[in-house]
Amino acid sequence: MEYVISVLLSGISVGGQYALIAIGYTLVYGILRLINFAHGDVFMVAGLLGIYLTAVLPIPVSLPLVIVFTVLLGFTIERAAYRPLREAPRMSVMISAIGVSYLLQNTATYVTGGQPMTYPTIPFLSDTVNVAGTQTKWVVIITPILVLILVTILSMLINGTKIGMAMRAVSKDFETSRLMGIKINLVISVTFIIGSALAAVGSNLFFTNYPAITPMAGAMPGLKAFVAAVFGGIGSIPGAVLGAFLIGICETIIKGLPSSWDVSVFSDAFTFALLIVILVFKPQGLFGEAAADKV
Amino acid sequence: MSEDLLRISDLKVSYGGIEAVRGISFNVRQGEIVTLIGANGAGKSSTLRAISGLVKPAGGKVELEGEDITAKDSSVIVSKGLMMVPEGRKIFPNLSVLENLKIGAYLRNDDLTEDLEAVYGYFPRLKERSWQAGGTLSGGEQQMLAVGRALMGRPKVLMMDEPSLGLAPIVVQDIFEIIRRIHENGTTVLLIEQNANMALHVADRAYVIENGKISLEGTGKELLSNEKVQAAYLGAKG
Repeated sequence: MEYVISVLLSGISVGGQYALIAIGYTLVYGILRLINFAHGDVFMVAGLLGIYLTAVLPIPVSLPLVIVFTVLLGFTIERAAYRPLREAPRMSVMISAIGVSYLLQNTATYVTGGQPMTYPTIPFLSDTVNVAGTQTKWVVIITPILVLILVTILSMLINGTKIGMAMRAVSKDFETSRLMGIKINLVISVTFIIGSALAAVGSNLFFTNYPAITPMAGAMPGLKAFVAAVFGGIGSIPGAVLGAFLIGICETIIKGLPSSWDVSVFSDAFTFALLIVILVFKPQGLFGEAAADKV
Repeated sequence: MSEDLLRISDLKVSYGGIEAVRGISFNVRQGEIVTLIGANGAGKSSTLRAISGLVKPAGGKVELEGEDITAKDSSVIVSKGLMMVPEGRKIFPNLSVLENLKIGAYLRNDDLTEDLEAVYGYFPRLKERSWQAGGTLSGGEQQMLAVGRALMGRPKVLMMDEPSLGLAPIVVQDIFEIIRRIHENGTTVLLIEQNANMALHVADRAYVIENGKISLEGTGKELLSNEKVQAAYLGAKG
């Protein structure tokens, strides 16, 4: 029983971390119809920034700085690699995103020398706590709570503020948004800023559970978060969050099955099998909108 | 006479080498309804798109109250007081009716209550449906929403691109009635229409556009009685 609880807890926690990345994919897709392949690598860079900054600065200063620098990175990527291609075919922007992804990975390899970097132990997050008879880290408890808080704030921003209204308008119709006086580029920048900030928070939580970061460390979580976003219906924030929790929980359950069954090695394959099944039966994803609402 | 509010001089628009608008000049004075009529593809919409900053003109000049606003960013043009009701209404289907109206006032930071009341005065249906998603409205209601949305920006010139397109004749009459009332309340209107009959009846002055150039101009009444216009646009039998 305790084992089941601990598996579930860590599944929820991993799911929450995927959710923070998945929101970045789904927001950007919702507005630009672009799968931002570099997003997982931005997440990895946030992890490295965490390592380098906590080494020289106290935690209360360095962690907010990680968010600031990650936001700057996301903002710069959009300005430099996507904005000049605004009028280009979508495929060109996608290639540009893949290019940025490799640029970040290679730069990380250059800076770290390709060595796995040890993620610092963040006091409190790494401390252990007793829940329902099982020992776990605080990060496992905090992640889902933090995700819920951040998602609530994000929903209020999108549904209750002027810039949120502009984001929803731009996601439907660039040209008419411009006729309202909305500055499209500003709205897109805001989208990248939000996505990067959430990825930075996610990386801090995610890597606390992992001993080390390699330049490839963003690829798999990024891919899974992307799957979560598609699974939930890309463009939908609640969809991405729900999809991420489901994937996180399923994956952890498979990893936690008795070792004599020898299936834990398939946990990644399972994620993608799940995606295929969902897309066969529900091509729009859980909360994806039907294409028919184009008026 | 009253001064030119909007002056277009020798405006040219081309798409990949094809000239859609080949040197159009006209003016709109304070308090007028001016209409541009013409067949499909004559260059009417391209003219409006160039004025509102959606496409960069290949040449010519757009001036609002004497200020050159040629090829400025749309948000600048909107802030100067040009609002457009786009062709095909283009309301935001995922925003509520109220939000659709509010987004028309996106660049304003003052109180919107009065303006909302004014728009609801023109279109009581919108008030009843203010919480409904814009996409759930009928075509006629969406057109009203698109007009109301543009009015929320307190335009100096309200530009309308084919407001009657695809609407039932009775709804078209409603729309033109509203255009008349908006005009009576002091808004200057630049109207583009294929429905020449309705447009010429409501307009103070009109221009006929053919193949990207102005071929005729005059008051609405003059053009209504012009034989060429009757033959080409009003369906009168020659």
